Amino acid sequence: MRIALFATCIVDAMYPRTARATVAILERLGHEVVFPAGQACCGQMHVNSGYLPEAVPVVRNHVEAFESQDYDVAVAPSGSCVASVKHQHAMVARSCGDAALEVRANAVGAKTYELSELLTDVLGVTNAAEQLGSWFPHNVTYHPSCHGMRLLRLGDRQLNLLQSVGGITVQPLPQADQCCGFGGTFSMKNADVSTAMLEDKTASILATGAELCSGGDASCLLHIGGGLSREGSSVTTLHLADILASTRENPVSVTGDVLVSGKASR
Amino acid sequence: MSTTYLGMPALPVFGQGNLNATEPFPSAAKRELGNSQLRANLGHATHTIRDKRLRVVGELPDWEDLRSAGSATKQSVMARLPELLEQFEQNFTARGGVIHWARDAAEANEIVRDLIREQGADEVVKVKSMATQEIGLNEYLEEQGIAAFETDLAELIVQLDHDKPSHILVPAIHKNRTQVRDIFLREMPGVDPDLTDNPAKLAEAARAHLRRKFLSAKVAISGANFAIADAGTLAVVESEGNGRMCLTLPETLITVMGVEKLLPSWQDLEVFMQLLPRSSTGERMNPYTSLWTGVTEGDGPQNVHLVLLDNGRSAALADEMGRSALHCIRCSACMNVCPVYERTGGHAYGSTYPGPIGAILSPLMTGITSEENNSLPYASSLCGACYDACPVKINIPEILVHLRAEDVDSKRGKKKLPSQMDLMMKGASWAFSSGKHLGLLEKGLPLGRIAAGRRKKITKLPGLVGGWTQSRDIPAPPAASFRDWWAKEHGDPAAGSAPTDSTNTTTNTGERA
Repeated sequence: MRIALFATCIVDAMYPRTARATVAILERLGHEVVFPAGQACCGQMHVNSGYLPEAVPVVRNHVEAFESQDYDVAVAPSGSCVASVKHQHAMVARSCGDAALEVRANAVGAKTYELSELLTDVLGVTNAAEQLGSWFPHNVTYHPSCHGMRLLRLGDRQLNLLQSVGGITVQPLPQADQCCGFGGTFSMKNADVSTAMLEDKTASILATGAELCSGGDASCLLHIGGGLSREGSSVTTLHLADILASTRENPVSVTGDVLVSGKASR
Repeated sequence: MSTTYLGMPALPVFGQGNLNATEPFPSAAKRELGNSQLRANLGHATHTIRDKRLRVVGELPDWEDLRSAGSATKQSVMARLPELLEQFEQNFTARGGVIHWARDAAEANEIVRDLIREQGADEVVKVKSMATQEIGLNEYLEEQGIAAFETDLAELIVQLDHDKPSHILVPAIHKNRTQVRDIFLREMPGVDPDLTDNPAKLAEAARAHLRRKFLSAKVAISGANFAIADAGTLAVVESEGNGRMCLTLPETLITVMGVEKLLPSWQDLEVFMQLLPRSSTGERMNPYTSLWTGVTEGDGPQNVHLVLLDNGRSAALADEMGRSALHCIRCSACMNVCPVYERTGGHAYGSTYPGPIGAILSPLMTGITSEENNSLPYASSLCGACYDACPVKINIPEILVHLRAEDVDSKRGKKKLPSQMDLMMKGASWAFSSGKHLGLLEKGLPLGRIAAGRRKKITKLPGLVGGWTQSRDIPAPPAASFRDWWAKEHGDPAAGSAPTDSTNTTTNTGERA
């Protein structure tokens, strides 16, 4: 299968390792990965902050980038960005009266999958250890991000994949379904409420005794990880894709570094 | 002869009364967050109701179908509201009731005052009602020399404490029982000075206090949960029985109800009587449901009035994206599951309607530019828990986003200088509208690494983004973006990667190092 990677802006700029891990997983399964070079961002920050006219060129760019290449399905290591592509892009097109863009956006959206959704529903991955060689001998917990859970209805797909990784111990996270408080610009506009939500999330994570918290959205993990770091905790966050890509031969450390011959490197 | 065209009345007529945030939500929230007692009370209460709701909702295999039915019924009511209102008026009037139409809070208050004065009364008993809180009826009547006594236990607590409700179903959710005992000791005439904080004892004290009022009041004031158009019937759904007393004992009953409360027929009530109790108190059925149709001679109130209140509902109805907010049946499930409400409480929202539904309903009814109501749609992380909990499927996150856009648009071209947010969004729009633009900016990632320094984290940023670093670090960015890595690996950025043997699990991860 030819799979187009939508890296998402945050992974592209802040967590390239997660995009590389996504590529690695898909290639291991024997698929070809393409990276439409024109891609940038899904535009949900603009939409969710009320800046619809400013979101239009962002959405148009995404649609054009993913129309410009030939592929079977597109995938992003993010529930939130996929939800935006699937649920917001058509609305943005409508808001500027571009009916043609709306149709095109819907077509791109229909071919776009969140990573765990693609692995589980399309590529038939039910056991990461067996099918991907995933090996991650660490004690982890898992935060299901809101948009994956409530907009894409991912259910237990991410958790099931995580639990099927070789060597892993997955601790249940208390109050797992509670938002971490990120919410895009909410974290700045309503920083105090956002912080109060984050404090409860990090407290739940620390209560599990896990070495790290995993999840399927780099943005939420940046938020939670930023809070843990500020609290001086050694507990980190790591994307599900990084854990799935980790193998006995090339293990990934809890900070996401790929360890080669026991030496950490990026 | 000359004629003057007076035209249609100006539409929309926005709502007035207690519908406004008078302080921007972030600063009100900050103050409330500082109240640790409040947070403890609210955290405990919302989680208890949340769990109860989930249990009883889980019992119904057709819950999702019920939600869809409730949503569809309300949508059809909104589509033919004028027709149903006239049908209701006809049936209610035929059974001896009197209808009054109130455009806004001021008109409704005056109508109610005049009706009370007609009876020569200077005291009224009240059934818990959101509509009368919305129009500030108690305060208005007090100014006019009429004392209104709340008879719902929690409303009574709030009223005795000269406080404001903070939740639409559990108005005193922000108080614990020790605080309630102290309020009773301080404010309740003739209360037992040895009163403990035992809930049964507290309820008994309230019962004794209220019984005197029920037996002496000539006029009662209520709201209504539902109005059935084809029967002319009103319904009040409650837990304590105080409502039943108010609705049956006094000679005169005045009900104030928002025009959106209509249901077409009795059959529709079946759906809502399953949705409402389970969503609100987490009960299969509420203890008391009172239904009345006009006047029954020799039984119950002989003067039965209904004030049909617009107060901004037409304005909300005129908003295509926002009108489904009028489907709300005031169950409060959205606030019980909201992580923002759970931490700030209801007072932070200013309006009578707090929580997620209030954050959309208040600005829809008053207009987005009213006082500080434009800060309410931002009082959400858009986590979506409210939409999932809503028994009539109001897509609250979508309407929040719609109102944010309305707020931003209302300020376009009116500001002397763009805000930090405006500048950030403009810049990001440029950066994110092309892979080339973003790629160019990503060349600056090493600068971020320098800024992060030896500790490999950024801990302080200025201005708006300082909101982030207030409580979160940012890790040092990578040396290069994924985009750069891909281009290096594949040369032609559009080229695909070579599929590898699926049994070889090491090659590509090795490349990542």
